[in-house]
Amino acid sequence: MTLCRLFLRAWSQCAILCVVFALFGVAARAQGQDRAPVYFPSDIQYGAQIFASQCTACHGENGDLIPGVNFRAGQFKRVISDNDLRLTITTGVPGTAMQPFNFGASELTGIVSYLRNMSSFDTRNLMRGNKERGQKLFEGEGKCATCHAVNGKGPRVAPDLGDIGTIRTADLVHRTLLDPEGAMLPVSRYVHAVTRDGKVINGRRMNEDTYTVQLIDEQERMLSLTKADLREYSIVKTTSMPSYKDKFSAQELADLEAYLLSLKGVK
Amino acid sequence: MRYLLRASFLFLLPLLMPFALRAQVTSERILHATDEPQNWLTYSGSYASQRYSLLNQVDTSNVKNLELKWVFQAQSLQKFESTPLVVDGVMYLTQSPNDIVAVDAKTGRAFWVYHYAPSPAARPCCGIVNRGVAILGDTLFMATVDAHLVAVDAKTGHAVWNVKLAEPAAGYAMTLAPLVVKDKVIVGVAGGEFGVRGFISAFDAETGKEAWRFDTIPSPDQAGHESWREGDWQHGGGAVWMTGSYDPDLNLIYYGTGNPGPDWNPAQRPGDNLYSDSVVALNPDTGKMKWYFQFTPHDPYDYDSVQVPVLVNANWKGVASKLMMWGNRNGFFYVLDRATGKFLSGHPFVKVNWASGLDANGRPVTTPQPPGQPTFPGIQGGTNWYSPSYSPRTGLFYIPAWENYSTIFTGIDTDFHEGQRYTGGANTAPIPGAENPVGQRQGPINIYTEALGSGAVIAMDPATGEKKWKFEMHDVNTSGILTTASDLLFSGGREGYFQALDARTGALLWKENLGGEIIAGPITFRVDGKQYITIAAGNSLFAFALRE
Repeated sequence: MTLCRLFLRAWSQCAILCVVFALFGVAARAQGQDRAPVYFPSDIQYGAQIFASQCTACHGENGDLIPGVNFRAGQFKRVISDNDLRLTITTGVPGTAMQPFNFGASELTGIVSYLRNMSSFDTRNLMRGNKERGQKLFEGEGKCATCHAVNGKGPRVAPDLGDIGTIRTADLVHRTLLDPEGAMLPVSRYVHAVTRDGKVINGRRMNEDTYTVQLIDEQERMLSLTKADLREYSIVKTTSMPSYKDKFSAQELADLEAYLLSLKGVK
Repeated sequence: MRYLLRASFLFLLPLLMPFALRAQVTSERILHATDEPQNWLTYSGSYASQRYSLLNQVDTSNVKNLELKWVFQAQSLQKFESTPLVVDGVMYLTQSPNDIVAVDAKTGRAFWVYHYAPSPAARPCCGIVNRGVAILGDTLFMATVDAHLVAVDAKTGHAVWNVKLAEPAAGYAMTLAPLVVKDKVIVGVAGGEFGVRGFISAFDAETGKEAWRFDTIPSPDQAGHESWREGDWQHGGGAVWMTGSYDPDLNLIYYGTGNPGPDWNPAQRPGDNLYSDSVVALNPDTGKMKWYFQFTPHDPYDYDSVQVPVLVNANWKGVASKLMMWGNRNGFFYVLDRATGKFLSGHPFVKVNWASGLDANGRPVTTPQPPGQPTFPGIQGGTNWYSPSYSPRTGLFYIPAWENYSTIFTGIDTDFHEGQRYTGGANTAPIPGAENPVGQRQGPINIYTEALGSGAVIAMDPATGEKKWKFEMHDVNTSGILTTASDLLFSGGREGYFQALDARTGALLWKENLGGEIIAGPITFRVDGKQYITIAAGNSLFAFALRE
C-alpha cells in the first residue's frame, strides 16, 4: 500500500450513502438545532471565500448593505436558526433580489459558519488556496492519486474523492489531512478476515450488518462475507494514509483543500 | 298469530340489524383481547400492552419453516411505523400521510383505502408518520398529523366524523394510535420540539364530542404548576405521542409524556417541569389524575417518557402486586406500583452517565457531564418509542435497546415563536466535530463514528433488575418486540433483519432480511387455522406463516 492509500476515506467513499446524505442528511442534521454548538475555523474560512465571491455584490463586504440586515451584528429579517439561514440561501426570498443559490451542503455549512462569526473573523488572515496547485500536489508530491480515484479515474483501494467537496465539510477535509486515523469514517476501515478453510481476505469495508460484511479487497474484487463462516474477523483501526501536518506547509494544505473542495461530482 | 309474529320480526329486522353489526368489536371484546389471540384488537395487543400472544402454532422447533405469504407495499416512501389491527380476518393498517387500508389478513389484498389529506400546515418533528388505528363497534379511529381525530366506517372506509384538536401551524400533530376505553377514544398530541403545551383528550366514540382534556403542563390554577417558573409552562412541551395502557380493575389509564420545552436548554425553564417525562394515571371517565411519577425531572436530554406502559400482575417481594414495567429512554428500567405510582425499583439497562442511580423514591441522582463531553444514553435514548414486550411464561421484560450510545448536548437560549422549532440548542456526535447522522436512514448508525453505538434486544429480570441475556446487533434496534406462548420472541432492527429468538435464552432461531428499516412492532394473528406474523420494513408490510 502506498502512502495515501486510505487517504480521505474518512470523508468517504460510501458514494451512494453519502450522496443521499449530502442531499438530505446535512439539512436533517441542522434541523431541530437552532445553532451549531461549534463553528470550525476551516468552515469559516471556506465560507468567507464563498461570501466574498457570491454575496458581497448585494450584501457588501461587511454584510450590512441591505436595510434591516447586518450580518456582522447578527441582525436578520426572518432567520433564527442555522436551518433558517440554509433555507433562505437555497430558496431565496421571493419579491426581492435575494435569488435561490444552488450551494451544496459543505458550502452551506461554510457560509453559515462564516455568517455566524463575521464579527470576530479577520478576513486579512484568510488563507486562500489555489485549486490548480492543489491538484498538482494531489497527483504529485502528496501521492494521493496512488490510492484515490477522482470520478472513476484511478485506483479503488481508497474511496473515490470525485464528490468530496459536496459530501464533507471544509473542516472535515482539513482534519482528515492532519489526522487521517482519527477522522476516518468507520465504514471505510480495512477489515481482516480468515475463512474456515484458512483463506485470508483483506479489504476496505463498504458495509456491514449483524450477520454479513461487504468489502472491496486488495485486488479490487467486491466480496460479501457471512460472519458465521469466518474463523477470524477484525477491523483494522490504523491507516497507511499519512498525516500531512508536517509534510505540507499551511499554504500547500490550503491549496490541496481548495482542490478537494472543488470536487463536486459529475453533474 | 304465528304469521303476525313472523311479519313483525321481518318488519323489525332492518331496525335490529344495524345494532347487531355495531357490536362487531365491543369494548367487552377489547377488554378480553387476550382471550381471542386470533385477533389483534388494540395497538399493543391488549390493555396491559404486554405484546404477548397465546398463539403457539409457530414454536421454537418449527420457526425455521416460516415463509413469506404476502407483502403489502405502501404507496408512500415515509417511515412505516404502523402496527395493524386484525379483526376476524380483516387487517386495518395505516400508510403515510394518513390513509387507512383494510386488507384481507390472509392474502394482503385491499378491500378499501380511506385517504385523508392533512393540512400542509402540519409540521410533525420527525416524519409524516402514523402508528395505527383503534376500533370500536364498526368504526375505526385515526389521529392525523394535522391534529385531527377522524372516525371511519370499518366496512366501507367512509368517514363518519372528523374533529380538530389543535392548530397544526402551531406545531401540534398526532402520530399515535388512539386507545378505545369503554365508549371513549383517547388520544394525545405531539409537538414537543415546537414548544406546544401537551394534552390528552377523550372523545365520545359515537359523536366525536370531546369528553375531557388533561393538560400535561399545569396552568397556574392546576396542581404541579409550582414546578415551573412564571410563563415557561405556556410552551412547556410534555407531548403525548404514544398509546397508553388501561387497567379496568383500577379504572385507570396510563400515559407517558414527552420532553419539556425547550428540549436541550433547561436553564430556560427552572424547576422539575411537571408533568413532562412522566407517567400519569388518569380516570378514563373524567380525565382526573390519580397519580404521577416523573422519570426525568428538569430534563436536559430530550428523554421523552412516552414508552408504552406495560402492566403486569405478579408477585413483588412475595406479595401479589399490580405492577407497571417501563424501559425508559433515559436508560433505566423501572418497576412501579400501578395502583399508587410508588417506585419499587430501577436499574440501568444500557450505559448511563447522566445519573449515578435512583434514590429511594426513584428520583435520579444526577451527574451532569462537563460541557463538550458525551452524555450516555444519547439523544435517541437507551430505547425510544418502540414497543417492549413482557412474557408471563418467562417472567422477563424485553427492551429494544441502543447500547453505548451518547450525544454531546449544548443548551442555547432560544426565543419562542409559535410554529417554529423550540429546541434550545444543539446535539452533536460524541466525538467533537464528527458527523452527526441523527435521523438519517442511509446506513448503520455507527458508519460515521464507532462511538455512536449499536443495538440489542435486552431481556431484563424485573425482580432483580439484572440482564438475563442480550442479543447484539450491528446497527441500532428501532423495532418493537412480540413474544408468544411458545417462547418465541420476534424483533427487527434498523438494518432490516427480522429475527425470531428463543425468549428464554436469546438464541437466534430464524432470520429474514427484509431490506428496509424496521421501525414498527410485529404482531401475530390466526386466520383459517394458520398463525401469521407480520412486520413492517422499509415501505412494506410482510406476512409470514409456516410452510404448507
